[in-house]
Formats: sequence, structure tokens, C-alpha cells
Amino acid sequence: MAKMKGATVVDTERCKGCNLCVVACPLDVLALTTKEVNRKGYNFAHEVLADTCTGCASCATVCPDGCITVYRLKTE
Amino acid sequence: MTREEIIEKGQVVYKKPTLLNDTPMHYCPGCSHGVVHKLVSEVIEEMGMTDKTIAISPVGCAVFAYKYIDVDWQEAAHGRAPALASATKRLWPDRLVFTYQGDGDLACIGTAETIHALNRAENITIIFINNAIYGMTGGQMAPTTLLGMKTATCPYGREVSLHGYPLKVTEIAATLDGTCYVTRQAVHTVAAINRAKKAIRKAFEYSMQGKGSNLVEIVSTCNSGWKMSPEKANKWMEENMFAFYHLGDLKDTGADK
Repeated sequence: MAKMKGATVVDTERCKGCNLCVVACPLDVLALTTKEVNRKGYNFAHEVLADTCTGCASCATVCPDGCITVYRLKTE
Repeated sequence: MTREEIIEKGQVVYKKPTLLNDTPMHYCPGCSHGVVHKLVSEVIEEMGMTDKTIAISPVGCAVFAYKYIDVDWQEAAHGRAPALASATKRLWPDRLVFTYQGDGDLACIGTAETIHALNRAENITIIFINNAIYGMTGGQMAPTTLLGMKTATCPYGREVSLHGYPLKVTEIAATLDGTCYVTRQAVHTVAAINRAKKAIRKAFEYSMQGKGSNLVEIVSTCNSGWKMSPEKANKWMEENMFAFYHLGDLKDTGADK
């Protein structure tokens, strides 16, 4: 069966760490960093379960700052 | 399959609209303004109106909207955006003219301009961000603040005897003959964002077809003003704001005209 594989790219310098993408992701792919911060001092979003991502783009849709780009590829 | 391969071979499902430039937005983390900015940019792009849009920015948090969306902007005096939009649209009828206002700007100081511009059936769209608080000035009570809601200027909660009732501008607009499309939306979930985008698109199309004035209210959060995390603010909005500000279309006469 064809499967959708997705990948997210977060503009970490633009991210303000609001956590809305983490909440919106149905598969818990994203999480905020706990120690690392960007230049503005925010914990930023990053992929923690990259293999699970299906590229549904929920995270990018709710992101208020438009930091997330989502790619999707159909695999057999 | 590695992540790099997906990025290289896969199709782009979502990216920041090109009309929204790279200037970092000054909004607080999790602010609804960012999402609405994205939706407005996407709709203008999809309609192919990039070079033919004149937007009016308000006074309030969204005052700097002109820094973020790459269309022509005018800055109005506090609350006077609908008046400026009326003039702009009359002088330049082939342009897409919309105002982007918050509740302090539209529902308080600009009530007269808003109601009269809507009632004159000016072919403009008003995007009304209602977060029930004055966000920019430090979280004071707004005309739209809910009963019992605590703000900097009503620390024990809004009381009817002292502050009166919250103002439902959108309901008032729906009773005016000049309005064509009046709707109330929200941007807290993916489904709500998609509905809000459709509503904005419809309003812009009606205003370009000369069907009258349009009002799109977006019930929003102000997590800094409400003193909550963005996630909690969304929940609070669902539980409290939606009970008073019901979502959905209040009026749509576009098909009849």
C-alpha cells in the first residue's frame, strides 16, 4: 500500500516557541527543545519522531509565524 | 527513506506564503494575528490580486501589519480605517480594499466609522480581530470583554452594574442593509483555519464584485493579555468566548445580488 512520508523543516531563528505546532501534531512528531535556544532566547520546535511524520501539515497550518515548511513523498 | 530524500524528492505541502515577508513579526508567541496574516496573504495570492490590493492598517497590535504583508498599505488614525477604506475604494474601484482592525480599534473608538461604512455598502472588507482585550496597551478592558473576565482595569472581573454588557459588533453589522457577508470565525484549529480562509476569500470576492460591505470577525486569543500559555488560551477561548461569540455565518446575501 502506498504510504505517505513527510518531513518538516523549521525555521528555528523565526520560531518563538509557542508550542502550538506541538499540540496540533496528531503523531507527536514535533517537540520544543529543552536546553537549546535560538538567538532570541526561545526554545524552538524540532522533529523528535521524524519517521512517523506523514506530511499532513497541521503544524505548519497553525504556526502563527509561518516557520514550518512541510514536504511529502508517496512511497510504495 | 531519509529525511533529506523526502525533502529533495517530495512535493512542498505547506510553506510560508510568499506575500508574507521575512521580517520577524513583533507579535507575542502564539498570537492569532500571525495566522490571520498568513490567511490574508494566501487569499490575496490565490486571487492574483498582489498588485491590486490596498490594505488599511489600524492602531493596536496590528499597526505594523504593513511591515509583514507585501501589498500597498495605508495607516489610518485610531478607529478611522473604514473611513479611509471607503475613500480609497471610491477613488480606485478596481482595487481590493480591506481593513484589518482589532476590537479596541473597531468596536470602541471606531464604532461610528465601522457601522456607517458598513451601512453605506462600501465595497470593502473589514477583518475584525476580537480578542476581548486591549492587547497592545497592556491588557485593559475592551468593549468586547466578557462578563466576569479579569483584565488590568477590571481586576475583579467585568460587572454589568459597573461596565455594562459586552458589545457584539458582528450581530449589529448583520442587521444593516448595506452588508453583504457577515461572519464570525476562529483560527485555533486546522479545521477552523480552513473555514476562516474560505470566509476571507468569500468576503474579498464579494467586495470585488461590488456586492456591498463585508465583515469577517475572527475570535482570537491574546495569551499575553489573558496571562495564559498559547495552548491554554486556545482552550479558554473555546470554553468561554465561543459561548458568547457564536461561530458561523450571520448573513450571506451574496448569491441573491
